[in-house]
Amino acid sequence: MIEIVKIIAGALILFGAFLSVVATFGVIRLPDVYTRNHAASKSATLGVMSILLGTFLYFWIEHGHFNSRVILAIVFIFATSPVAGHLISRAAYNSGVPLWEKSVQDDLKGKNQIRQAEK
Amino acid sequence: MAFQILLNVVLAFTWMFLKTSYTSSTFFVGYLLGLLIIFAFRNCFSGRFYLIRAYAVFRLFLIFIKELILANIAVLKVVLKPKLDMRPGIFAMQTVLEKDWEITVLANLITLTPGTLVVDVSDDNKTLYIHAVDIEDAEDVIQGIKSTFENAILEVSR
Repeated sequence: MIEIVKIIAGALILFGAFLSVVATFGVIRLPDVYTRNHAASKSATLGVMSILLGTFLYFWIEHGHFNSRVILAIVFIFATSPVAGHLISRAAYNSGVPLWEKSVQDDLKGKNQIRQAEK
Repeated sequence: MAFQILLNVVLAFTWMFLKTSYTSSTFFVGYLLGLLIIFAFRNCFSGRFYLIRAYAVFRLFLIFIKELILANIAVLKVVLKPKLDMRPGIFAMQTVLEKDWEITVLANLITLTPGTLVVDVSDDNKTLYIHAVDIEDAEDVIQGIKSTFENAILEVSR
C-alpha cells in the first residue's frame, strides 16, 4: 500500500515538473502576450498543484504527517491563478499591446474605441 | 441555503443538549436527524432543499478539475507542435448570468477551459471578451460554454 502511494506521489511530482517545463517552453516559444498567457496560466497552475499534491501524499503516508497548509496552498493557487492570468491580459490589452499579426478576429477593438469617444 | 444549514446546526446542538453528551459523534447523529426534519419540512422554506444545491456545487467543482486537465492537454499540443499554425483572436460572448459572483466563476471557468482566456468583461456585465487560441470553432466553443458551464452555475444559483 505504502509503495503504491509512493509511486503515485512520484508520478504526480514528475507530471507537475513536466507541465512546468512545458509552460516555460510555451512562454518562450509562443508569439504574443495573450497566447503566452494561455501557457503560463494553465500549465503552471496544474503543474504546481500536482507537485503540491504529490508532496502532501508523500508526507502523509510515509511520515504520517497530515500537513493541511499544503491543501490550503492548492486551493489558493487554484482560485487565484486564473484571476491573475485574466488581469495580466486585460492590463496588456488596455495599455495597447498588439495581438499577434496572424490573429484573425478582434471583437474588443470596437468596444474600446467607443469608450474613448465617450470620454 | 445558509439559513437551512444554520437551522440544521442548531437542531444538532439541540440533540446534543437532549442527550447531555457533547461529542462530535453525537453532533453528527443530531445533524443527520436534523437533515431528515428539514427534508420533511422542505415545503416550508422559500429555497430548495439545500442538499440539492450542495450537490450542484460539488458538480461545479468536478467540472473545474476536468476542464483544468483538458486545458493542459490542449496547451501541451499547441506548445509542442513543431509548426505555429494556430489562429488566435478575440471574440465576444453574451452571457445570461447576472450576479457578480456568477460572472466571476464563469470567467474563471472559461480561463481554465481548453484554448480560451477571458480578456475583458463589458461594463454592463452582459458580454465577455474571450481570447481563443483557435478562433475557427468559436461558435462551437460558445455553445459548449453555454451548455455546460452556464447551466452548472445556474443550477447552483437557482
